[in-house]
Amino acid sequence: MASKISISNLNFFYGKEQALYDISLEIPEREVVAFIGPSGCGKSTFLRTLNRMNDTIPIAKVDGTILIDGQDIYSPKTDVVALRRKVGMVFQKSNPFPKSIFENVAYGIRINKMYKSKADLNEKVEKALKDSALWDEVKDRLNTSAFGLSGGQQQRLCIARALAVQPEVILMDEPASALDPIATQKIEELVVELKKDYTIVIVTHNMQQAGRVSDKTAFFMLGKLVEFNPTQKMFMNPDEKLTEDYITGRFG
Amino acid sequence: MTTLTAACAVFAIFILLIILTYIFVRGITAINLEFLIDTPKPVGEGGGIGNAIVGSVLMTGLATVIGLPIGVGAGVYLAEFGQNWFGNSVRFVADTLIGVPSIIVGIFIYTLIVLPMGRQSGLAGALSLAIIMIPIVARTTEEMIKLVPNSMREGALALGAPQWRVTWNIVMPAAASGIATGAMLAIARISGETAPLLFTALNSRFYNYFFDQPMSSLTVQIYNYATGPYDVEHQMAWAATLILVTLILVINVVVRYLTRKKF
Repeated sequence: MASKISISNLNFFYGKEQALYDISLEIPEREVVAFIGPSGCGKSTFLRTLNRMNDTIPIAKVDGTILIDGQDIYSPKTDVVALRRKVGMVFQKSNPFPKSIFENVAYGIRINKMYKSKADLNEKVEKALKDSALWDEVKDRLNTSAFGLSGGQQQRLCIARALAVQPEVILMDEPASALDPIATQKIEELVVELKKDYTIVIVTHNMQQAGRVSDKTAFFMLGKLVEFNPTQKMFMNPDEKLTEDYITGRFG
Repeated sequence: MTTLTAACAVFAIFILLIILTYIFVRGITAINLEFLIDTPKPVGEGGGIGNAIVGSVLMTGLATVIGLPIGVGAGVYLAEFGQNWFGNSVRFVADTLIGVPSIIVGIFIYTLIVLPMGRQSGLAGALSLAIIMIPIVARTTEEMIKLVPNSMREGALALGAPQWRVTWNIVMPAAASGIATGAMLAIARISGETAPLLFTALNSRFYNYFFDQPMSSLTVQIYNYATGPYDVEHQMAWAATLILVTLILVINVVVRYLTRKKF
């Protein structure tokens, strides 16, 4: 299986504080990779290096290489805007814009000028909403506020918004942590569905969730990558004692 | 506790209501169409405040056209990019400017514009009002923009939106009603200013639509009428006050309606 994202010797600093230590990892195309680990272990920080969201933090410093399709995303030649279009992101707390449902999904299409006509725009919005399994619930109220949706619907709207710009990779930062079990289940089903077309990296606190949705799992602790293996192996027969202790709930 | 704070709230509103009622009662009797369109005349011959209304609207308008974009722009800068020594200095200077008595702004413009031009003018009046407006708008805009959750900015950035689009399409609309409220306060404040107009725009007995000439304003006209020796003049001062308050109220309602939260 070809690597979509290839990370080697990644170190990350907030000012003088080192948050990630020498991480090397291969993320295969069209698979779901889950990042697990206790709070503050650096999994979210690591996720945010993949679309350079950490650029917004002035004191952040990255060292090492991250290749996406063989291109170094931290090279000075990289167009960050194009990178973020290619690597979409869904956040822990759903963050719809204060616009209508339709305009939320259309926003990325509009700013990236990815439509030819009004009809084309409508079609793309519809497709994104269908792909995120939200269409049937919102098709009659596309022009109402996105804040009128339930938490789970808002999160799927954010997924639709990310899908609308046709990314290749989707980063999900604990996308279901604020949702009830039914909404969570919908998001998980969606993740499994989406991996046919996208490479997905998902950070989760919930180990059962990692077990249900991911093909491979990476276990982080204190900024270090402890183990990276196929999810099944990870949960049945991990290489590291530390992983086993975490998974069986001995700490964390 | 609730009772005490409620009492304070009632008291604050009560005073305002008394002032408004008093202005209304004293002012309404002298208002008629002639008063609204006439220019001032010698005592006993009637006269009105038509030119003062026009002057006030023109000067407040020009001041807003100059001051609002600069103020909002500065506020956006302070909130989004101003976390450095420069931003801190601008913030400090803006806060100081807000505290500067408005007559000092008038003196400043008098020295800078009126003396070189050789006469008082509507332009000088509008500029001094704009200077008063800018720091108020800048600081309120900054506060309103800071209230927009960071997650919204990140959401837009993650879609590949460049920084300026995030600010322009996401952050500013989200803060629009707050920014408008700040702008309203500033407009209300400058349309009530008298001191900086006294020796910049001066006054005029005639209708004047040109900014290079002295211009009448409601506030200066109120001042003139109120300090006059005759009762008729005091009557007209009350009436002009009522008109001024009404104008501010109308602007307030219109802007609130236009920037009401849609989503």
